[in-house]
Amino acid sequence: MNKLEISISSPHLSGPQSVTRVMALVLLALVPGTLALLWYFGWGVIINIALAVGSAVVAEAIVLRLRGRAVADTLLDLSAVVTGWLLALALPPLLPWWQTVLGSVFAIVIVKQLYGGIGFNPFNPAMAGYVLLLVSFPVTMTRWLAPEVITGQALSFADSLHIIFAGLPPAGQTWDVVSSATPLDLMRSELSQNHMISEIRSSPLWGDYGGRGWEWVGNWFLLGGLFLIWQRVISWRIPVAMLGSLLLVAGLFWAIDHETHPFPAFHLFSGGAILGAFFIATDPVSACTTPRGQLVYGALIGLFVFIIRTWGGYPDAVAFSVLLMNMAAPTIDYYTQPRIFGQRSGSDG
Amino acid sequence: MADGYGKIVTDGLWSNNQALVALLGLCPLLAVSNTLINGLGLGLATTAVLAMSNVSVSIIRNWVRPEIRLPVFVLIIASFVTTVELVMNAYFHGLYKVLGIFIPLIVTNCTIIGRAEAFASRNPVPRALVDGLSIGLGFTLVLMVLGGSRELIGQGTLFDGAHLMFGEAARGWRLTLGESYPGILLAILPPGAFMGLGTLIALKNIIDKRLRGPRPAVAGDVEPATA
Repeated sequence: MNKLEISISSPHLSGPQSVTRVMALVLLALVPGTLALLWYFGWGVIINIALAVGSAVVAEAIVLRLRGRAVADTLLDLSAVVTGWLLALALPPLLPWWQTVLGSVFAIVIVKQLYGGIGFNPFNPAMAGYVLLLVSFPVTMTRWLAPEVITGQALSFADSLHIIFAGLPPAGQTWDVVSSATPLDLMRSELSQNHMISEIRSSPLWGDYGGRGWEWVGNWFLLGGLFLIWQRVISWRIPVAMLGSLLLVAGLFWAIDHETHPFPAFHLFSGGAILGAFFIATDPVSACTTPRGQLVYGALIGLFVFIIRTWGGYPDAVAFSVLLMNMAAPTIDYYTQPRIFGQRSGSDG
Repeated sequence: MADGYGKIVTDGLWSNNQALVALLGLCPLLAVSNTLINGLGLGLATTAVLAMSNVSVSIIRNWVRPEIRLPVFVLIIASFVTTVELVMNAYFHGLYKVLGIFIPLIVTNCTIIGRAEAFASRNPVPRALVDGLSIGLGFTLVLMVLGGSRELIGQGTLFDGAHLMFGEAARGWRLTLGESYPGILLAILPPGAFMGLGTLIALKNIIDKRLRGPRPAVAGDVEPATA
């Protein structure tokens, strides 16, 4: 097949960034946050990333081969690596290995390749894989470790490997000892027992903004996100709109009653809000593309995150909100088409 | 119109399978196919209604004015569904309770009125009967395969609840993948039904493609060169 000759009409701006470059920059931007997770939660994070990325790449290669596409070219765009990596960051560090692999393969095969591969998937593959696992394996998927700053003991690499592959808790301990609820989970269950927020925050698990340890991970992802905006890989609109609307709604409810609604910073620095805002909601394929549309899209994700966290059935909501808005993205794009210069507003088409 | 009975049967079971090709009757298909036995139960109930309604429609086909044919068909179907519902309530009470609202809902299964309109109202009784049975069995097979695979993936069992249908002796039919199988819950939930049906349709298309063999190259069939 001949390579298509593309003649680009004016304006002659600098060409678009290649997919490989974009994905490489995203991976680079993920490094600080990943290291922070590694610091607080141990080797399981790295093992998860290796498993998820490895199985994503293998699955992508197999499906591309079955579909009769160029395998090497597509693999080199690194998009499967990013999908696997993002999925792994969202997973509990000691998840049994086959669940990580299943989520990763599902993300690539069903959510991405069956819809036509990169550029055609209506849903964010990493988040769809995460939701598959969360819905299917609620027990293991909510079994997070306590940050090492609290437990004061670290699992060795060999121990983590053993736990992940054998699916058993560390020798001589039970899951109840090792694992701990995430701050969002804790907040949720305590609130449902009618505890005041001031009481909940007096627990030793709490730091300044959220769970101890947890609250600082977001900052490192924020750093990576700002780097991506600076490199023009993502636009500022989606993250700002998403975090802004989350802060606004959370602030509103907090102002009404700050003993039953957590302070806004808690929402920002818990769970996947920052990671989601910069790395997941901004997925160039499944997000909105028009400038106004991106604002609407981001703001609605933030709103849904608050709604589902506060009144929904699951503690964190970034994955569900992103998937919901992925569904709405084409419609939002349709209604927010920028006006062509000179066209009067209100004229159809 | 003079197709042989063999054609009617293969149409119903495979090439015009109402679930995989016409995509009719999806509501009960997706909702009830969470175990093999549920699928089998609803499939057989649908088959019974389909066969009886096809025969009745075929009998009266020359006496009903076309203007009122649809209400008449619906009345016929509804009365058979009521019969089947009462029979199931009496003899398969456990299964009747499991299937619940989906038994009365057989009335709204598009497959049934579709066959009444498209086939039974234009064909003599024996042909209509064969058509009803084969279409119904084709639907049942899809329900069973979908139900069986969802049950296997989702909870790691097969023939769970067989005693509801085949009596207490069938309790031992239940197969499991072992206690350690965790069960991928998604398969039991509604998304699993959609993904399962999609996979079945894809499989059918692959098999059809293989059966047809490589397309013989015909002159003029070459892909037009792009300008």
